[in-house]
Amino acid sequence: MSALLEVRDLFKTYGTGEAATRVLRGLSLGLEAGDMAALLGPSGSGKSTLLTILGTLMKPTSGSYVMLGQDMIAADDKALTDFRNAHIGFVFQFHNLLPDFTALENVIFPTAVREGRETPAARARGRDLLSRMGLADRIDFPSANLSGGQKQRVAVARALMNSPELVLADEPTGNLDRASAMQVMDLIDQINREEGTTFLISTHDEKIAAFCRRQIVVGDGIVTG
Amino acid sequence: MLYALKIATRYLTANKAQTALLVTGVAVGVFIFIFMSALIGGLAEFILSRTVGDISHITIEAETADPALLISPEGHVLVVAERGRARTATLAEAATWLPLIEAVPGVRAVSPQITGAGFLTRGAQVSQVSVTGVEPGRESAILDLAGYMVAGDVRVGSGLIVVGRDLADDLALSVGQTLRLQSSNGVTSTLTLSGIFKTGNGGMDGARAFVSLSTARTLFSMPQGVSRIEIKLDDLNAADATALRIRALTGLDAVPWTDGAEQLMEALNAQAQTGYFLKTFALITIVIGVASALLLSTYRRRPEIGIMRAMGAGRRFVIFVFVAQGALVGLMGGIMGATLGYLALLPFPSRDAFQPGTLPMDITQGSYGLAITLTVIGAILASILPARSAARVDPVTAIGQ
Ligand SMILES: Nc1ncnc2c1ncn2[C@@H]1O[C@H](COP(=O)(O)OP(=O)(O)OP(=O)(O)O)[C@@H](O)[C@H]1O
Ligand SMILES: [Mg+2]
Repeated sequence: MSALLEVRDLFKTYGTGEAATRVLRGLSLGLEAGDMAALLGPSGSGKSTLLTILGTLMKPTSGSYVMLGQDMIAADDKALTDFRNAHIGFVFQFHNLLPDFTALENVIFPTAVREGRETPAARARGRDLLSRMGLADRIDFPSANLSGGQKQRVAVARALMNSPELVLADEPTGNLDRASAMQVMDLIDQINREEGTTFLISTHDEKIAAFCRRQIVVGDGIVTG
Repeated sequence: MLYALKIATRYLTANKAQTALLVTGVAVGVFIFIFMSALIGGLAEFILSRTVGDISHITIEAETADPALLISPEGHVLVVAERGRARTATLAEAATWLPLIEAVPGVRAVSPQITGAGFLTRGAQVSQVSVTGVEPGRESAILDLAGYMVAGDVRVGSGLIVVGRDLADDLALSVGQTLRLQSSNGVTSTLTLSGIFKTGNGGMDGARAFVSLSTARTLFSMPQGVSRIEIKLDDLNAADATALRIRALTGLDAVPWTDGAEQLMEALNAQAQTGYFLKTFALITIVIGVASALLLSTYRRRPEIGIMRAMGAGRRFVIFVFVAQGALVGLMGGIMGATLGYLALLPFPSRDAFQPGTLPMDITQGSYGLAITLTVIGAILASILPARSAARVDPVTAIGQ
């Protein structure tokens, strides 16, 4: 296994003065290509904060972050936008899909936005991914009308659209029932094994944590286990 | 940016009622713009055609040069010659100038005239009359005499005369009768009344007579030349420029109708200014409407914008999505407003058939293309602020909402 990313001495403080919340306090972490890791820790421990920084959506107050040999701290917004598009997929807990678009349109967004249009090749891959997620009959369905579990599976398909090296999932099954949650996790596990995509999944769910081969626990602003 | 356009279109169609309302609002603004353009343009056309439609657009008058005033170096006037009462200045070379003037672009008609004063008598009745000698066949070159005839016809062949209705009434004249015309030079002719006109202009109908150029020559003892050349143009707004041209070409003192029409021009200008003012307000209303609607939409779509940004959509992409929405709203509203404006103007009489008492709307002056263009530009400008605020959405807080 080779190193996919490495963060060192991450500090993140929200706000200033009296209202300052010091969330990350010197956190260091490495992820290998092909990792299937659960991110654990009590509520408010900084899991979402870490995922946001790893996803290049926010910069840490200080610290270093290198992914695929590139310095993620020095890069500008344009470079990070293109980097995310090519190398990082996201699955969020809420607000995942564009409600006015169909399942397929949502899935192929990362490719379409890069190529400036929806190509037949992108559509074909999108259909394929949706079929693998068990949504062959929901391809042209308006995403607003999908069930919660279906929405999360569409989101996973979209996260995989550009074949990223890393997928960051922040409580992807947080508001799904057990059966739906396990279905989503099975799919993630399958992709991880077949394509070697690295997953980092934050969760409070022991069962989901046990599903992953690696567990990373944060507390007091650092990795504690 | 085809893809951004697709997303913009989808955002507009996702909220059909809201988009329809916004487009209708824009269309109303465009409608007002077009209505104002047609009204102000039509009004100007109407006023101009009523006031200067029947007059000469450029006039060349014989120099009524005052007699020489000899002034000694000390300032004492040495000689003052009194101007002869019967003296008539002439444009002696008129025959040479006419073809030259006729060849000037934009000149529609040229009418050489000999004018003077006289007395018209029939039996014991006498009326003062202002006489204009025109070329037979060109009676309607400047004033549409043919269109104003109420009796007889407009011929001014030799021995014939055409007079105004009020004058005819004063002298109890009817077509075919003979009358005597004595000029201020003392020459008398016996003429047959061939027609009576009524222009609606009191001065004209009560004291004007038209005769042939050759009759006028005899009456005013003017064996050659003319006293006045009247010129009609295709476009009365070109009078100033064309007058300059004729002056340069002939050296004659060609005077455009706008000289001495300052008050009219001022009034027309003020009217045009009012039009610009109202049209500007219509455009501002459109801009504010589009800007506020889009700003609301960027606010409502913050989570989606955050998701798009996380998935690799750049700031420019987001800006384009919202600017394209503005442009589309402007285009749709513009076309809808222009169409409604055109349809609303259709029932108004054409510019040649304005009815007194109705608005002189001119459907050809609706500035439809300009209205649509300005609306699209305005809507694009209006969308810049919302688009920029959308591009600045922080994906982290937007998705976390
Ligand atoms: N934008 C922000 N401004 C100020 N404080 C923030 C902000 N975002 C998070 N925090 C604070 O930072 C701390 C860590 O938040 P974070 O969301 O990373 O925790 P978490 O581990 O994901 O918690 P949970 O398990 O409940 O999702 C919390 O105390 C939170 O209140
Ligand atoms: Mg969290």
